[in-house]
Amino acid sequence: MPRDTLIRQINQIRDEILILGSMVEQATLSAIQALKNRDINLAREIFEADQTINEKRFAIENAIIILMATQQPMARDLREMTAMLEVNTELERMGDYAKGIAKVVTRLGEGEVIIPLQEIEKMAEIAVSMLHRALGAFVSENHIQALAIPKEDDQVDELFNQAYRKIVEAMIANPGLIDHTNLMLWVIHNLERMADRVTNICERTVFSATGELFEIDSMDEDDANV
Amino acid sequence: MNENNHYAIEARNLNIYYGNFQAVRDVNLTIQRNKITAIIGPSGCGKSTVLRAFNRMNDFILNSRVEGEILYHNKNIYDPDVDAVQIRRMIGMVFQKPNPFPKSIYENVAWGARINGFRGNMDDLVEETLRAAALWDEVKDNLKKSALALSGGQQQRLCIARALAVKPEIILMDEPCSALDPIATLKIEDLMRELSQNYTIIIVTHNMQQAARASDFTAFFTMAEDRAGVMVEYGTTNQIFTRPRDQRTEDYITGRFG
Repeated sequence: MPRDTLIRQINQIRDEILILGSMVEQATLSAIQALKNRDINLAREIFEADQTINEKRFAIENAIIILMATQQPMARDLREMTAMLEVNTELERMGDYAKGIAKVVTRLGEGEVIIPLQEIEKMAEIAVSMLHRALGAFVSENHIQALAIPKEDDQVDELFNQAYRKIVEAMIANPGLIDHTNLMLWVIHNLERMADRVTNICERTVFSATGELFEIDSMDEDDANV
Repeated sequence: MNENNHYAIEARNLNIYYGNFQAVRDVNLTIQRNKITAIIGPSGCGKSTVLRAFNRMNDFILNSRVEGEILYHNKNIYDPDVDAVQIRRMIGMVFQKPNPFPKSIYENVAWGARINGFRGNMDDLVEETLRAAALWDEVKDNLKKSALALSGGQQQRLCIARALAVKPEIILMDEPCSALDPIATLKIEDLMRELSQNYTIIIVTHNMQQAARASDFTAFFTMAEDRAGVMVEYGTTNQIFTRPRDQRTEDYITGRFG
């Protein structure tokens, strides 16, 4: 079959995107771990991991641009490559969210704070699971799956609302801790945004597979923050 | 033109035979006025045959037979009362290999106009036409020079000028850049874009990137199992090259064909 080179190189970039995705998943779970155990060393490791994520993101972007310039992709190939650029960017941003949570851990130090841990852990679990499956759908061009995954974002939004209420209650009950407790809003915001960005990946999967470019309905962050 | 609409020329239920062999089957293709339409497809898919049907060039091929209609100004150009020479004046053609006459640059342009009984100022016509073909600046000081001394890209633009000199409405181009280097190719593509303000252009090309770059509409042809050429898909070039509807189009333009 002609285009063996192109197909091989696209597969390589797909693999790299999956690796980048698993780095982001790992960073997110580690960030929650660091928060739970108040582990500042682990948090610092996440800063370093984010550096690696950023570098990998640029490497992937470069590989896509080179492939576009040298192979002149058309139709499905072209759609997949532009989608890859988007997904690549989304993953890098998600890495920043993990880093943001790690930053909260270092800011807290050993200070006293009230953490709605149950909700946070659940949010991270769902968001990471969504991301994992969204990337699986992306590389296998499964737009049916991609259309279904964003619906799970509603659970994340619901957990966000629960955690938000707990944090506000904690602030009212313990005004002395408001500085630290406020940081918990960052944590849940980052997790909530992460799940939103999974929806963006799913939209690009649908585009790559079908050529249709549209927003997949799910509660957006404005609704969730009310 | 078909004055009441945007169509320059239209193939209806077009079937073309060479003897017993059916080369083209059931093509329905409407060409928009003042637009560039590309016909793409693998070798043997009938795209050049269809192109030549648009100005009755197939008349020159022994045993060729055309069924169906080519409507131009609401009239089938294959009707018995139609003058094929007049059709070819209104629907000019540029070929794969530049084929200037072995005469001066000036004469190449003036020739067509002269045999058409042109009575205006020939110098003005030659200049105007060479300007329209984006060649004037390169040749204005050497109009008496032999056309054969020009580069391939210049010769092809001269052939375009020669086609323009008889004031056609439609220009058919059959692989006009296949013998040209990339820069000369891009110049022809820029020229096509300029010309499309005043002319309708239909181009057959093997170069998909060229079709993607240079055309407004694209028709994809392929060969059926009996080797007859068929039109698979027609659409805006943007659509064909980003989201083709037919799997055969997808396979061809992504290079998975064959």
